[in-house]
Amino acid sequence: MIDTPSGQTPEVASLTPEVPSEAAPLESLKIEKGRGLAGLPWWLFALVLISVWVGFVIYLDSDYREAFTFIKSGIRLTITISLSAYAVALVIGLLAGLGRISSNVVINNVATFYVEFVRGIPMLVLIFFVALVGVPIVVEGLNALGVWIEGLGLGPIAEPLVALQNQSVPMTLRAMIALAVTYGAFLAEIFRAGIQSIERGQMEAARSLGMSYAQAMRYVILPQAIRNVLPALGNDFVAMVKDSSLVSVLAVRDITQIARLYAGRTFRFREAYVTLSVMYLTMTIILSFLVRLLERRLRRHA
Amino acid sequence: MPERDIIVIKDLYKYFGDVKALNGVSLTVERGKVVVIIGPSGSGKSTLLRCINHLEVPTSGEIWIDGEHLHGKHRDINAIRAEIGMVFQLFNLFPHLSVLENVTLAQRIVRKRSPEEAERIAMQQLERVGIPEKAHAYPSQLSGGQQQRVAIARALAMNPKIMLFDEPTSALDPEMIKEVLDVMLDLAREGMTMVVVTHEMGFARAAADEIIFMDEGVIVERATPEELYNNPKEERTKLFLSQILHH
Ligand SMILES: Nc1ncnc2c1ncn2[C@@H]1O[C@H](COP(=O)(O)OP(=O)(O)OP(=O)(O)O)[C@@H](O)[C@H]1O
Ligand SMILES: [Mg+2]
Repeated sequence: MIDTPSGQTPEVASLTPEVPSEAAPLESLKIEKGRGLAGLPWWLFALVLISVWVGFVIYLDSDYREAFTFIKSGIRLTITISLSAYAVALVIGLLAGLGRISSNVVINNVATFYVEFVRGIPMLVLIFFVALVGVPIVVEGLNALGVWIEGLGLGPIAEPLVALQNQSVPMTLRAMIALAVTYGAFLAEIFRAGIQSIERGQMEAARSLGMSYAQAMRYVILPQAIRNVLPALGNDFVAMVKDSSLVSVLAVRDITQIARLYAGRTFRFREAYVTLSVMYLTMTIILSFLVRLLERRLRRHA
Repeated sequence: MPERDIIVIKDLYKYFGDVKALNGVSLTVERGKVVVIIGPSGSGKSTLLRCINHLEVPTSGEIWIDGEHLHGKHRDINAIRAEIGMVFQLFNLFPHLSVLENVTLAQRIVRKRSPEEAERIAMQQLERVGIPEKAHAYPSQLSGGQQQRVAIARALAMNPKIMLFDEPTSALDPEMIKEVLDVMLDLAREGMTMVVVTHEMGFARAAADEIIFMDEGVIVERATPEELYNNPKEERTKLFLSQILHH
């Protein structure tokens, strides 16, 4: 699990474009030519068929329609939380990934600590941890910082920091932070593998031209590395959309939480969870399909 | 340091764990001279070259480039490297950038030249190496020989004082070797200071002021091409020359 810093694991390199991601659907999608009907992805047809069929049921059956109308109200939150958490996770992941290959001992250890910490804890527990332990600690830290700045006589800057209160951080924001912190660690490993997949000669050529390490990263290594890992990043976005359902444990009203509320109130468990499952399935199939398209394009223009 | 000596190396040692890649190398190169380094595989040729632009950090010893100490406290390694062009065996072009962008990138971000000026200089250099028509191609669309010439143009566009070449033709198909050597010969005639690791004896004879024979991390012999070929002093040199001249 614990990898050595930069340059010492060149064998990781060759693996990269196929960085395995958490649990990407359609991973098994390939049409095997020459095998006739047996080579077609029947499972995919079945998945799509079920989705379409449930769509009809929702349209025709008033119980299902009611469940859908109810659950639908959470879709916006599910989407915003996934998108914003993913955007933040990209930034955290890039920084942590760079930290993982840094030759600076402190930075390297901090980044590795973070990645291994996240990987060693179940995601569900981590969400509780970040939202209910991590956020309060950070708020206290900011308060203390505010007091210190106030001591320096910089009242106006210190005020908002001192005034910050734990209760005033909404659960939705905590949930978003929790997902971002969790996925930041996964994305860090993708970025790290992507950077290490770039031949050493690229960095050496850039440095020999007088570029600094940062310039070489920015203009030479990262553009190539990111292109190589785009499919893996896409897969992790799909995985995050699914894992966003975990934030329902914080009583955040995403589609999962609303489906639970609906089921609990009406006892229509079947309607609630069939509808919910198909909603996730539709999102993940469409997104995964886009990732596969992207992958194919990248491969063609390799 | 006397002005004349643009590279001064004193007692250079480089160990990789137990491997003694350089075992006490001292060497000076005068401005405008062409020095060719030969020697068996693993003798430390690449390591020596890479120490000169600090891609490899020596275990001990000292290097001055144009009077500037390479390990000094306040030296700016990026500024020193910008004055030293390096050409690699495997070209190391940036595959995501066009030929023109390969040649302009460092000019813009290191030399801070305007895009127009960088482009103008890039085109001059591409013309010099004979492939201005490939400016908008990508490295993967070029032959090995063309790629290596672009790599040379990329280094030259920085207006370096010194050019280092590490077996620039050994990854090339035979029919492409000449086009790269011709560019290097022109460069030598124009008075560029060059340190070249190569076993192309035709080039060494035509361009080198001096040939250095290395073995097991030390300089075994140092002489003009004629002296070395016709009259090598050391047994090891004789043995090595008889091997490469027969192939
Ligand atoms: N990064 C490294 N890590 C460990 N050992 C190294 C490293 N680089 C070089 N060496 C070792 O140092 C010695 C000298 O290597 P160097 O590449 O300088 O030889 P060379 O003369 O250029 O050989 P060649 O003709 O094969 O290119 C070799 O034994 C090599 O295995
Ligand atoms: Mg070598």
